[in-house]
Amino acid sequence: MIKYFKPSIFVLSTIPFLVITYKIFFNKLGPEPVKEITHFTGEWTLIFICLTLSMSPLKKLTNLNYWVKVRRMLGLFVFFYASLHLLTYIGIDYRFSWQPIFDDVVKKKYIFVGFAAWILLIPLTITSSQRMIILLKQNWKKLHRLIYVIAILGSLHFIWLSKTIYFKPLFYFLLITVLLALRINFKRIFEK
Amino acid sequence: MKKIKYSEITPEKIYKNRRSFIKSIGLGASSLAISTIPFANKSLANERDKLTSYKDITTYNNYYEFGTSKGDPYRNAQIFKTSPWDISIEGEVEKPIKLSMEEISEMFVSEERIYRLRCVEGWSMVIPWMGFSLSKLLSKVNPTNKAKFVEFESVYDPAQMKGQRYPVLNWPYNEGLRIDEAMHPLTTVVTGLYGKKLPNQNGAPFRIFIPWKYGFKSAKAIVKIKFVENMPTSSWMWASPREYGFYSNVNPNVDHPRWSQATERIIGEGVWAPRVKTLMFNGYGDEVASLYTGMDLKKYF
Repeated sequence: MIKYFKPSIFVLSTIPFLVITYKIFFNKLGPEPVKEITHFTGEWTLIFICLTLSMSPLKKLTNLNYWVKVRRMLGLFVFFYASLHLLTYIGIDYRFSWQPIFDDVVKKKYIFVGFAAWILLIPLTITSSQRMIILLKQNWKKLHRLIYVIAILGSLHFIWLSKTIYFKPLFYFLLITVLLALRINFKRIFEK
Repeated sequence: MKKIKYSEITPEKIYKNRRSFIKSIGLGASSLAISTIPFANKSLANERDKLTSYKDITTYNNYYEFGTSKGDPYRNAQIFKTSPWDISIEGEVEKPIKLSMEEISEMFVSEERIYRLRCVEGWSMVIPWMGFSLSKLLSKVNPTNKAKFVEFESVYDPAQMKGQRYPVLNWPYNEGLRIDEAMHPLTTVVTGLYGKKLPNQNGAPFRIFIPWKYGFKSAKAIVKIKFVENMPTSSWMWASPREYGFYSNVNPNVDHPRWSQATERIIGEGVWAPRVKTLMFNGYGDEVASLYTGMDLKKYF
């Protein structure tokens, strides 16, 4: 069973990609298709961020180690969906016209934080191999704590782009807050 | 880009023939495109003048009274009761009046009016409304000399309007215009769409449409029109004064804090269609620019 755990998670993780590809080529995206793709890939990025952050709490909770075995792969899917999201925006929506894109990144705070989150994902992606873990030793763990920052930026990105008080952005924000709070070692803080 | 005049989009002759034309193809008029009409200037007959399909207009729009998703109005507005319906015109007027929807449709003849709709969110449609100039209705009352603005109040009925059960906006929906804007011939009372009765999800039975302003200025399901002395605070201004100004004229040079207004996406154009440039006053500058002479539109956005 354990043997198939990781491959199954991989296959499941590609489903959103297959769904959106199908919808694009079979015209199932409704009157505003570009927005649909942008929202779809953006939301799946947030879902994968939450999944990635859930692995170590799950390990603690269930005392099973294999949750952490898929964590890195899920993290790579965060980068994958975030890149699709960015590509949709730059390529499909703005057709690589750099001036308006540059203006957006500088002027719109939700785009700024979203872009920053994607940039921060790059070092994590590059250092995701086994060799890098060995090479970076203790620093690897420190570096990969960047995912906490990325998660916060990602949920802010969603909140700031919303027109009024919506349920979904707040839901992700709360979920991410809870997942991050689970990591705080309160015992240690109080003993100090 | 050349400004497209209202009269260019719909030459008068075609305008008059249009109703029978639409009737002859019936409801399946979704593929009907104005680009099939020979234009003197061919370059005008481009994508941006193609009528948006009946389906897209009636299943994809913002109407927060029925929910915040753009599919919600269609889903949740079907049961909405639009009759009986009264509209009162009051405030700074000599003699306030109250008219039923029946009286209004008897008093004024609706004609087809094809206008572009530009949403503040950066998408646009071309819609063949049925309607008449609001000025005709407003001329039924005599405003006092205190009256400077016109306020529009939409219906408040959370039992029928799901969205009003949540404090998304300060209900009832409120909008406003300066009197000269309200009296402008382009400011339309909408009673129909594609030659048919106005569907509930599009603001039935009585909505207004101001083609040179962002869509949210065109209030739906109006019950009260009030002449007032001071500039009204619209629902969206209330929600976020930094983002939504009183005027809210379509203006590619003034960005919304969260998104650029320089370009727009045309609804129904498919994934690979490019954005198009947004026009000043949504292309109605020839008709309305004079209303704002000498005003700093960056300040009065």
